[in-house]
Amino acid sequence: MSDSNIPQDLLYTSSHEWIKIENNTMTLGITDFAQNELSDIVYVEYLISEDEDIEKDNPFCTIEAVKTAEDINSPVKGKITGINPKLPDDPALLNKDPYGEGWLLKLELSDDSFKSELMDATQYKKLTEESSH
Amino acid sequence: MIKTTPFYENHIRYGAKLVDFVGYNLPIQYKNGIVAEVKNIRENAGIFDVSHMGEIEIKGTQALKFTNHIVTNDVERLNTNQILYTVMCYPNGGIVDDLLVYRRPESYFLVVNGANVEKDYKWICEKAESWDVQVKNLSDDIAQIAIQGPKSENIVKKLTDYEIENLPYYHSDDITFASRKVLLSRTGYTGEDGFEIYLNKSEVGDIWQQIMTAGEEFNLSPSGLAARDILRMEMVYCLYGNDISEETSPLEASLNWVVKMKKDDFIGKNFLIEQKKNGIKRKLVPFIIEGRSIPRKGYKIYREGEVIGEVTSGTHSPSIEKSIGIGYVNKEFSKSGNIIEIEIRSKKTNAEIIKSPFYTKGSRK
Repeated sequence: MSDSNIPQDLLYTSSHEWIKIENNTMTLGITDFAQNELSDIVYVEYLISEDEDIEKDNPFCTIEAVKTAEDINSPVKGKITGINPKLPDDPALLNKDPYGEGWLLKLELSDDSFKSELMDATQYKKLTEESSH
Repeated sequence: MIKTTPFYENHIRYGAKLVDFVGYNLPIQYKNGIVAEVKNIRENAGIFDVSHMGEIEIKGTQALKFTNHIVTNDVERLNTNQILYTVMCYPNGGIVDDLLVYRRPESYFLVVNGANVEKDYKWICEKAESWDVQVKNLSDDIAQIAIQGPKSENIVKKLTDYEIENLPYYHSDDITFASRKVLLSRTGYTGEDGFEIYLNKSEVGDIWQQIMTAGEEFNLSPSGLAARDILRMEMVYCLYGNDISEETSPLEASLNWVVKMKKDDFIGKNFLIEQKKNGIKRKLVPFIIEGRSIPRKGYKIYREGEVIGEVTSGTHSPSIEKSIGIGYVNKEFSKSGNIIEIEIRSKKTNAEIIKSPFYTKGSRK
């Protein structure tokens, strides 16, 4: 779907998460492209709790869609400062508002050097266009 | 080369997400989403392109006896235009396919799974050699549409003069529908009232659009394979390749009702008689998960630390708002009410075996 919504002011991973960094806090969610690919999301299970530390590339939640289950990994090491309390009761928020109410994780970063591994909106748009063919 | 059905342009227009399914480019869902499609079919109606299904015709002086020989259910019980659900077995009791048999005025019309058409056709032709019958694979020439849901009769009625309200469940007729000659039956795979319509691909034209227009006032929605799969799971209808296969017998699959031991010899009968006498070792059961994780095909089923079976189908059920599954368990644990454990991502989750089906409020006639 080349018509998916890709906000200019966010950064993106190649596994279809969006990332926003303010000071030393990172907020993460899945992109509009990802929610569209997953289709109806019916369950979100967090595998970690607030205040825990997480390593790079470790899963912090599982998203169950009707068709498939997907683990979401943290792209960076850090301390978890927030998980979305609304999602367990209303997982469809991930479909309806992936960049807003459907956010997944807040993390306190030790440093933001991993930023260089992320894509900007233009690069990510290119990726989504390639993967929808 | 992936095949398209005659409804391909309609799918694009209605915003379908297409997938390769048994060699056909078919809609897995449309833009409203899978859950919305399921709910709308339970409340109103949905239309499916099921042109991937196979159709095999059996004709000739021994057509009745031969058809009855290759399936487990009793075709002799059918009146003209009546239909039954059955399986075909191998001599070892494994299932070749599950299918519908239509008794037509001059022939028997078998509707088989899209994934199995070639295999079934070959099997039937091999078996037919010593019989006076002609077997024809019509699958490439026939398009099939399903209209399912409590409002389907209202919709179909608008496109035909035929007295559709007098057509009973599991009956068919050759009728004029949307100004075309079609075979229409009151059948389906959803647990709702509904119809399946067969017509020649060359006759398709704008029939999809005509049905959509007729269905507008009844909230008819185009619906995809994903919704169809959920609807059938909610009814505990078997899916070949998941819940039944060459490795499972109809008795294990709780399909005893389609195995008629009293009729004449049929392929698999000796094995099935023995299996019935000795008792089955495992049984297909429906279960509801405690919590919201979803059981999926291949997940192991446990009881007190021991593996007792495997999940064959699972999903989130929008109609009962629970995580549901179907799977084989050792016979001794197969009673409804029993608690089993499903291993979901290396965590064991409790589930309760229930009496079939999950969804009991369908409009099926």
